Amino acid sequence: MASHGADTAFLTFSNVKKTYDQQTLVVKDFSLEVARGEFITLLGPSGSGKTTCLMMLAGFEDVTSGEILINGRNITSIPPYRRNIGMVFQQYALFPHMTLRENLAYPLKLRKRPAAEIRARVDEYLALVELQGFAGRYPAQLSGGQRQRVALARALIFAPDIVLMDEPLGALDKKLREQMQFEIKRLHAQLEFTVIYVTHDQTEALTMSDRIAVFNEGVVQQCAPPNVLYERPANLFVADFIGESNKLGGVIEAVEADSVSVRLDDGTRVRTLKANRTTPGAATTVSVRPEKLTFTDRLGAVGNRIQARFVDRHYVGEFIRYHFTTAGGTPLVVKSLNDGSAPHLRAREEVTLAWLPEDSQALDRPAVATTP
Amino acid sequence: MASTPAYYGFWHHLGRLLLRLGAWLVLLFLILPILVIVPLSFNVEPFFSFTEGMLTLQPEAYSLRWYEQVFSDPRWRLAIRNSFIIGLFATALATVLGTCAALGLARADMPMRRLITALLLSPMIVPLIITAAGMFFFYSSLGLAGTHLGVILAHAALGTPFVVITVTAALTGFDYSLARAALGLGATPWRMFFDIIVPLIRPGVISGALFAFITSFDEVVVILFLAGPQQRTIPRQMFSGLREQINPSILAIATLLILFSIALLVTIELLRRRAARLRLAPAD
Repeated sequence: MASHGADTAFLTFSNVKKTYDQQTLVVKDFSLEVARGEFITLLGPSGSGKTTCLMMLAGFEDVTSGEILINGRNITSIPPYRRNIGMVFQQYALFPHMTLRENLAYPLKLRKRPAAEIRARVDEYLALVELQGFAGRYPAQLSGGQRQRVALARALIFAPDIVLMDEPLGALDKKLREQMQFEIKRLHAQLEFTVIYVTHDQTEALTMSDRIAVFNEGVVQQCAPPNVLYERPANLFVADFIGESNKLGGVIEAVEADSVSVRLDDGTRVRTLKANRTTPGAATTVSVRPEKLTFTDRLGAVGNRIQARFVDRHYVGEFIRYHFTTAGGTPLVVKSLNDGSAPHLRAREEVTLAWLPEDSQALDRPAVATTP
Repeated sequence: MASTPAYYGFWHHLGRLLLRLGAWLVLLFLILPILVIVPLSFNVEPFFSFTEGMLTLQPEAYSLRWYEQVFSDPRWRLAIRNSFIIGLFATALATVLGTCAALGLARADMPMRRLITALLLSPMIVPLIITAAGMFFFYSSLGLAGTHLGVILAHAALGTPFVVITVTAALTGFDYSLARAALGLGATPWRMFFDIIVPLIRPGVISGALFAFITSFDEVVVILFLAGPQQRTIPRQMFSGLREQINPSILAIATLLILFSIALLVTIELLRRRAARLRLAPAD
């Protein structure tokens, strides 16, 4: 896959800011470098500024300050119709009065390609999204998934520099959504276009992206490949937003090369990787994924231990969720594979839970919200 | 006929019957004066009433003579010509202006939207006689009274509100991401307008245009104020026909106008259905 870095940057957001009312910034100082062929996802809750960034790139919103560069050229003053950027809209935006062939031919017609070439190319792209034989239909005569594929083909057919996708799968049901994720990845691998993908669905982001930029309140919290984002979240927001996290409040006692000792609120001492809060005496939150937290008999002697009382057990199917609370009242969740060794616990039973130091991180912000 | 609930008693049934009767009477009251004109226009005698021969359905009591007269009388011919010329130009003007206004008013960032809408629709609300009197003084001072141009401008002003309303209706629920999609695919705003917006709002534009045309076509008050003898339209000619030359030729032209109006209304209805179909088309 594509490499990252300043030398290869194909698309650059440089200190981009956006305000609608001249007072509050919807996007605060957004910078990002994207390599050619990369699949980048902008992920965040609604209102976090991710769609605004997409619209500024497409040219439908002005940039308040900062620059957007494609191949080193500032495009902020170029109108949308000369940016050569493909876009897939959430509601597909297929032209209802045109057949599929006319929809797909439209960008080529605007570029004054010869009729024979347009015909061949439309046929090629209809085949690419497996809609041969549908050329004469109108969008209203298609199912949601089919419309989505047409929208995709139309965004790709004129070989744009960049393809933008604004929650393109939001209107589809779960099964179709997974199928389309696969489809988009297949086309991406085959045609090697650059994608900026906007979603609020973290699973979608994790499965599809080369890198994910996590947005919150107009600021990028972290931009990293999916595994880094999940295993080494930069802060509590990311740890919380991507997947699920157990959050243990505490105070940093000692700092070493790449780890810290933390005294948790209930007095337990643990070792953990350090993230961004590394001054001794500072309040911190230790974040552990539920599937990394296990019962001691499974982990052996290494690692951190904490006492907890069993509360409840939820059967989910492929795994079982156990709910505990610590002596300090912090809720803990353990996700255990449903492979027969999952223990049966009595109500209010005291157990020792454990995790490896490298499976947790000391993050910023005290865990105020989680203590009852 | 809808079945009645089981708990209905005698008085319920009587009430229903009276309601039904009343409804039919109202309908008759509305349509009878129009229907009565049609047979009378075929009267062989120069009367506005049914002759004995007509009532006994004798063929010789009927004729097309009043129709012939309409088409041979130079006054009627001038009136028909004027009606169509004024109607068509006023409609063209009202359609272009009304469509542009509706498009502008549909924008989210349009300032003073309510005020502008109220101003544009005012010719529909202000009593026509007041509008006409105002136009008379204003157009006279510009030298437009008694000219075709003056009448066309006045009728365009009366027709514009209809276009604004129908095009605004066509634009509600318009998916503006279609416009963005076209721009993103490389269409200039001008090209996008004609390729995407125009085809999608066309039914609204056309029905607005038909309303504007009808408005001009049967308008008489403004004509009375503004038009000279050379701008007499069909309704104006009928008006003087009633007073000066009492014969059924005005019934003949009235019958023609009824047919023409029915044709227009059918067109509007067909367009409305087409619009409803297109409205269903965008992805939901």
